Amino acid sequence: MARIDESRSECVFDDFKGPLTAEQAVIEANRCLYCHGAPCVTACPTAIDIPEFIRKISTGNVKGSAKTILEANIHGMSCARVCPVEVLCVGACVHNLQGVPPIQIGKLQRYATDVAYANGWRFFEAGAPTGKHVALVGAGPASLACAHELRRFGHACTIYDKRPVVGGLNTTGVAPYKMRADRSLDEVEWILGIGGIEVRTGVDVGTQPTWAELEAGHDAVFLGFGLGVDTPMGIVGEELAGIWGAVEFIERMKLGKVSVSAVRNAVVVGGGNTALDATRELVGLGARTVTLLYRGTEATMSGYAHEWQAGRVDGARALWQAQPVQFVGGDRVEAVRCLRVDDEKRPVPGTEFDVDADLVLVAIGQAKLGALVQALPGLAVERGRIVVDGNGACGRPKFFAGGDCANGGKEVVNASAEGRRAAIAIHQMLSGADHG
Amino acid sequence: MVDISANCGGIRSPNPFWLASAPPANSGGQIQRAFDHGWGGAVWKTLGQPIQNLSSRFGGVDYRGLKNIGFNNIELITDRPLESNFREIYETKQKYPKHAIIVSLMVETKQQWQEIIKRAIDAGADGLELNFGCPHGMCERGMGSAVGQEPDVNAEITSWAVEYSTVPVLVKLTPNVANIVPHGLAAKRGGAHGVSLINTIKSIIGVDIDTFVPHPMVDGRSTNGGYCGAAVRPIALHMVGALAREPGFGLPISGIGGITNWRDAVEFMLLGSSSVQVCTEVMLRGYRIVEDMIEGLTDYMEAKGFATLDDMIGRAVPNFTEWGELDLNFETVAKIDADKCIGCHLCVVACDDGAHQCIHVGRDERVPVVDEAECVGCNLCQIVCPVPGCITMAEVDNGFGKVSWNEHLRTGASLRPKKAAH
Repeated sequence: MARIDESRSECVFDDFKGPLTAEQAVIEANRCLYCHGAPCVTACPTAIDIPEFIRKISTGNVKGSAKTILEANIHGMSCARVCPVEVLCVGACVHNLQGVPPIQIGKLQRYATDVAYANGWRFFEAGAPTGKHVALVGAGPASLACAHELRRFGHACTIYDKRPVVGGLNTTGVAPYKMRADRSLDEVEWILGIGGIEVRTGVDVGTQPTWAELEAGHDAVFLGFGLGVDTPMGIVGEELAGIWGAVEFIERMKLGKVSVSAVRNAVVVGGGNTALDATRELVGLGARTVTLLYRGTEATMSGYAHEWQAGRVDGARALWQAQPVQFVGGDRVEAVRCLRVDDEKRPVPGTEFDVDADLVLVAIGQAKLGALVQALPGLAVERGRIVVDGNGACGRPKFFAGGDCANGGKEVVNASAEGRRAAIAIHQMLSGADHG
Repeated sequence: MVDISANCGGIRSPNPFWLASAPPANSGGQIQRAFDHGWGGAVWKTLGQPIQNLSSRFGGVDYRGLKNIGFNNIELITDRPLESNFREIYETKQKYPKHAIIVSLMVETKQQWQEIIKRAIDAGADGLELNFGCPHGMCERGMGSAVGQEPDVNAEITSWAVEYSTVPVLVKLTPNVANIVPHGLAAKRGGAHGVSLINTIKSIIGVDIDTFVPHPMVDGRSTNGGYCGAAVRPIALHMVGALAREPGFGLPISGIGGITNWRDAVEFMLLGSSSVQVCTEVMLRGYRIVEDMIEGLTDYMEAKGFATLDDMIGRAVPNFTEWGELDLNFETVAKIDADKCIGCHLCVVACDDGAHQCIHVGRDERVPVVDEAECVGCNLCQIVCPVPGCITMAEVDNGFGKVSWNEHLRTGASLRPKKAAH
């Protein structure tokens, strides 16, 4: 796999949480109560047996620990870094109810999986060839998890992606202080190490091959193509230089170079986690002031409170209940003209004000790509999302979907869980069992 | 005002906390520092024909990240010249006249006992402790536990010591026996003024799973050592209690075995100890631990209204009895405080796998429910629960009067129906 540029912009970031040493890991592992039917497991979309993997760290069985993690979640290494553990496993730790610091589950998981990667431990082998062949569209976590599980069952897999980069948003979108792109590529390599997963990049499924050709050439199709481009604001001045879609900007930062050293006033528009990531990233890249503009309130934003807390500590500020109505400038953006909004997010006339801005990142969402497959009979698409059942099955036989294109945009851990679940359903279908 | 001064078999000390005969009591310089920290007495490391020691000598047992909950050693008695020891005993006694210096002794022949006792007393010993307990090395030479395991030999050597001594004589007993009582009675028969127990327990502390050599490793091999530290406390408490409640015994006891803090010391005293001796915790944490021991004991006595140690010594002895005397009709069930429960469900799995399958929890429920009709009141759940006071054992009024097994055999008095025995 092609390695990426070592001088790319994301490399200025250090780990925000940092790894545990072996000694620290054992001390932390020994604090775990080893709960039975543990709430942390329930809170994990992949239901990793967390008490078990932590106990194994405490006994020095790090190999067994990593196996427990990766058995449940093949993306255990990246999820340890990128999961919002504060609202998942760590947030559910029973110690919280005792007023005792919760177990640092993410850091322990990172420890075990990093040791496994460093030692080249592998736990899974491809099953005996079944002669079945599954196509997976999109090379992000959903497809990779699905393909890995399918390989354990012995089904051949081909992953198609339009772009040259594998790993999806795990490679191109994760905040670099959580994980850099090269670490995502390490994981992709580890997952593909099971063998028998062909990855074809630069392939625009729907055009060449067509959906009909893809369907005809495979025994099943998994759709894991994620989300599309950044949603534009649709206001006057959006064509000015210095205005970016946040996802596009982040990808450029992670894989190439961005320069914000000359930026005096950076503005991020939005209240979701991409907006919060972008805010922290701009601060870290060296923008002199970074302002989050959100039309809702701090309490109502969909971004995680712990992320905003960290952004505020980093030095970002926020303007709540502000709605951009126009980008002002000559060739380059100079300011964002806003209106105050009320508690129902309605603009209040006459409250216009300008926020100085020489860089603006728009983070108000990404395009839903359901339309790509809308033409296929039986496939239902609602608000741009592919409609699936609990196993990822679509209305059209042989078609399954998971990850952002089906869930509308969630965490890596959700995509991985959905991909694996779909693989089990696909296997049941291919082996003639009812997948109901 | 609480008085914590101690008197064990006529050996008096400002408090009941003595260093046990062991590495922390190896020299005058150490013991004087210990007295400066507040220790009330010290049992000088056993004097006899100085030996040659091994490298290494100690091993520890770790558990769930807690280091050294158990400890062992293969060190022997003093390796220092007797002249140095006696000179330092003299100097220490001169400097600390109110502190108790008990000299531990271990020699073979009657004449050797006579000589060493005289020298110890001449140096200023307030008491003697006969080391009949060491379970490694010395016993192979016919001393230590080789003596302590033979009541007649114990009684005989004790009688020599008592004959030659002008100060109180304590006999230090080995726990490496099936029943401690005959050995305590042997010491009494020999005329001892008191006993100290327990010495260490024969043990292999662990095995290196890479080199296949047990710990502690001496040039690729090892030997059994003496087990001590917090983990042996329950064994020591039992042996202290067994002697304390033996009607024919009645000698003062200096309690030893896994005492790490004032709470442990209180437990030993409640079961009949007049003083307590500490080694392992000092080896692991230093003499400074005595400050908390003195404060904790004093506060405890104040809170309980005990003016002197005699008010508390032995208070738990009447409550230590035979199984056959316990009330079979006494019934408890576990109660879970829903407000305190954190939902770890350790009680559920413990009851399921280790007890009587009577604690249940619904899917996605935080607080388990006890099936009181099935709960046998074993209290495993209470022990495993990480939250203080969350699980309590509530007494059930089942309408049956007190009946012990012995009474049941004697009178045929009826027993309550068994629970969870279907």
